Amino acid sequence: MKEGRTHKKFQKFGMVIDLDKCTGCGSCMVACMAENNVPFRKDESNKLLSITWMRVYKLTNGMPFPKIDVCYLPRPCMQCEGQHEGHSPCVSVCPAIATDYSMESGIVSQIYTRCFGCRYCMASCPYHARYFNWWDPIWPDGMEKYLSPNVSPRMRGVVEKCSFCFHRYQLAKDRAFMEGRPELQEDEYQTACTQACPAGAITFGDLNNPKHTVSKMAEPDPKHSGRPKNPNAFRLLERLGTNPKVYYLSSREWVRRAGDNYLKNEKKVKKPVHHG
Amino acid sequence: MKIGRRGFLSFVIGGAAGTALSPLPWKMMDDSSIWTQMWPWTPVPEDGEASYVNSVCTLCSGHCGITVRKIDNRAVKIEGMKGHPVNNGGMCLLGLSGLQLLYGPMRVKTPLKRTGKRGQGQWKKISWNDAVSEVVEKLRDIRSEGNPQTVGFISGSDRGTVSRLFDRFLTAYGSPNFMRMPSVRDSYELTQYLMQGVQALPGFDFENADFIVSFGSGIIDGWGSPVRMSRVHSAWQSADVKVIQIEPRLSNTAAKSDKWIPINPGTEAALAMGLAHVIVKESLYDAAFVKNYVEGFFDWKNRVIDKYNPDTVASITGIDRGTIVVLARGFANASKPLAVCGRGNGTTPVSLDECMAVNALNALVGNINKKGGVWAVSEPNYINWPEIEMDAKAAAGLQHERLDGAGSKTYPFTRYLLPRLPETIDSGEKFPLQALFVSGANPLYTHPDTRAVRNAFDKIPLVVSFSSYMDETAQNADLILPNHVYLERYEDVPTPAGMIQPVIGLSRPVVAPQFDTRHVGDVVIQMAKGLGGSVAKTFPWDSYDSCLKETLGDLWNFLMEEGFWSNTGAMPPFFGTSYETASGKFELINKDTGSIPQFKPVSIEGDEKDYPLLLIPYDSIRLACGFIGDPPFVMKTVEDSVLKGKDVFVELNPKTARNQGLREGQRVVLTTPKGKAEVKVHLFEGIMPGLVALPRGLGHTAWDEYLAGKGINFNALIGPVEDPDSGLDAAWGIRAKLEKA
Ligand code: SF4
Ligand code: SF4
Ligand code: SF4
Repeated sequence: MKEGRTHKKFQKFGMVIDLDKCTGCGSCMVACMAENNVPFRKDESNKLLSITWMRVYKLTNGMPFPKIDVCYLPRPCMQCEGQHEGHSPCVSVCPAIATDYSMESGIVSQIYTRCFGCRYCMASCPYHARYFNWWDPIWPDGMEKYLSPNVSPRMRGVVEKCSFCFHRYQLAKDRAFMEGRPELQEDEYQTACTQACPAGAITFGDLNNPKHTVSKMAEPDPKHSGRPKNPNAFRLLERLGTNPKVYYLSSREWVRRAGDNYLKNEKKVKKPVHHG
Repeated sequence: MKIGRRGFLSFVIGGAAGTALSPLPWKMMDDSSIWTQMWPWTPVPEDGEASYVNSVCTLCSGHCGITVRKIDNRAVKIEGMKGHPVNNGGMCLLGLSGLQLLYGPMRVKTPLKRTGKRGQGQWKKISWNDAVSEVVEKLRDIRSEGNPQTVGFISGSDRGTVSRLFDRFLTAYGSPNFMRMPSVRDSYELTQYLMQGVQALPGFDFENADFIVSFGSGIIDGWGSPVRMSRVHSAWQSADVKVIQIEPRLSNTAAKSDKWIPINPGTEAALAMGLAHVIVKESLYDAAFVKNYVEGFFDWKNRVIDKYNPDTVASITGIDRGTIVVLARGFANASKPLAVCGRGNGTTPVSLDECMAVNALNALVGNINKKGGVWAVSEPNYINWPEIEMDAKAAAGLQHERLDGAGSKTYPFTRYLLPRLPETIDSGEKFPLQALFVSGANPLYTHPDTRAVRNAFDKIPLVVSFSSYMDETAQNADLILPNHVYLERYEDVPTPAGMIQPVIGLSRPVVAPQFDTRHVGDVVIQMAKGLGGSVAKTFPWDSYDSCLKETLGDLWNFLMEEGFWSNTGAMPPFFGTSYETASGKFELINKDTGSIPQFKPVSIEGDEKDYPLLLIPYDSIRLACGFIGDPPFVMKTVEDSVLKGKDVFVELNPKTARNQGLREGQRVVLTTPKGKAEVKVHLFEGIMPGLVALPRGLGHTAWDEYLAGKGINFNALIGPVEDPDSGLDAAWGIRAKLEKA
């Protein structure tokens, strides 16, 4: 199937998360679980086993009382683009093509039925965004009634991760198609976490569309693999070159600094470089 | 995929024009590969017609508007209602997990009658008819013995038609013992009554304030209407509003504020008085407001100047003098300053001193009933029912004093004092309470000193729970008459906690009742009818739904259409004339009661020698600690530094740990005068040395296996401390010790 006749320009869906606004409330985590039929178990306190496509991390500045400061950082899948389009760390290692980079949307997919559970992708993902189903999901009797038909429940032995609520994109695209519109409006496709966040901390949209709020907020620099021009914006582990599509905003320097691995004696957070 | 009728038609036409343009074929291929290869043992959710129902979430007093997505007759997702004045599309994580409560294993599926001993969990199913007649018979006996006052009702709320039906039932029956669950609203109500002469809801115009001093209020930790507060907090970030958070522990609110000022726990009122001292002394107060509308200023001023100079206050609160002075000036010089109290998520009261002192600060800067200030919000007045029919028995019963002492000579103006009930029952005559009904509340979990509460319950011959879930109170009841859950029933939902604009929401059935449950409003009406006579006459309605429809009148159609009514242009009562006190002014000193904003330490239980540390609770929005417990999704969000396996962590400053010889992750026994429990140590620089912090919301013994048996219930380790001025529970902590396990 030839793409692109209805979507001439490639889109690059991305997120900007304002850490000044984020309260660490966890609504995004639960909205995601409810939207995507994420399973749960009796004990979810082992966080290596707990499947949370969106996970909110707690960061501290490491200072003693009373100078200590805390900041929360929600982590979906970064939908890494890599240095060449589609060269995401996870996609490039999957032997089964079970995870793929969509040129049309910039979303890294996960096709459960193809995944045979080698977990290479988990090892290669620097953001721990991928989770393995060590068990089949079990819903207590009657609870499977709330399962959404838009997202297939996963089975034991496969890897899963945040999809930027891809099914919502499909639904929005179908709707637009049926109404004869070639392009999606900004608010037509929004992820479940964005929609639920009580603080309005998450903004979602097409980073390739200068009219979309995400591009205005992050000011991605296409000449430098999307590095943000906004001095308050940063991406996680920028220096790895994964070229993530999730940007963070913070007015606190220590938070921006926490976004990357700095050497102890490295003093200053490098401001984004502006070349012409 | 949803194709509505119209969508389908245009699809067909579009199809004729050129299927080649369709992105659908490849999408269908993608989908079908997923669907057809499904492993047979994982459920395949059935597809169907999608639809949406608007309703209101009543899992807390936040009252957010919700839009529930359905596939055929299944509810598949709860989302925030766009355009709703409270949450405008946002939702808290508890509200988002509502379907796990609807379809969850903790539901009580039919009326149950206890067969074994109380709390043993042995039940038999009984029919609704038998259940209701059993209750009616018992009530008839009690009444004919002339003891109607020995029947009590504990309700999560006292607002809206359902709670008013409970109250009405008790009044017609002859008992004054209707009790509402405690919260900081108790303190505010009393404060507004004593200082402003009004019975109203406390409302806070946070949206228009520009300098917030919060005395430990967990603004983003669940205080007030949580989603509204989140939205307010984000607006503050954009508008550069200053937020000063005063509390002994770095809560999320403190971390997000512009300045966190750690304070010795329990000394908040002293700080408020210290701020007042600086404001008065430096003449920073709103002179016009004070001159024209405030009574008792000069007497109070002298006391404030005399007793609360910054040095004295510094030594009480542990906050240095300079900080106090700067804070006072910043507050008084801001254009719209606002001070607020109510620790954590606001579900525990504060002492009258503290609330009055904070309200006095607001009066000093003249922000009572003004834009950006604290309002006395009146309840929308839509419940106008015929007068209650009262026979001689009812009249006689109502002569008795309330068992909790509210409205008595000692506490004449406090409306509810539930925490005092266990003691009264324990020390009273044989059966001061012969029957107790509980609805929308879980006192056996949420009340301080759970063991004492349980002992008191053991002395009540009949305990009836209306809970939809197998919570601690239901588990220890004699009869459970399960209500529909909020997604299965109609109910009017009044103004959310702390809002300034009146809102009436309509909670409505999103799905048909899943089990053999019954609307509690219907059960009360049936009980009244069963009793006959004047009680029955007081309930002229056939059903709760018809009562609600009739009560709402024209509003019913409006609410069915819109989901909520709200007065967006609501104005505060005029600040100059809105006082119904003896002087017609805002009274800093209430002459009748002698109440005056001041600081008297609330002495907590335990002595320092045996218990060198102080245990305080903390609230997190990820741990529901009210009548609802965390559903499985919410449990997933609890960090592993809070709960690991079945162990809860107490937070300890590394300094404290060093002094006690404890390290991270160590298992210890936490002992207070009220109880002991095994916990683990988590070192946290965000807590004052000498304190131990334990989260509320864990340690359930009932509910389901996703929640029960994990961690410790804070309420098992603390008891209430009676505020001598109001009778309210003013405990802010308890002395404690830690020993290696
Ligand atoms: S829902 Fe919003 S405020 Fe809450 S944790 Fe997620 S991003 Fe932060
Ligand atoms: S965050 Fe991890 S899973 Fe997501 S695209 Fe990057 S490497 Fe892959
Ligand atoms: S804040 Fe309260 S009312 Fe709003 S969604 Fe959460 S539980 Fe429901």
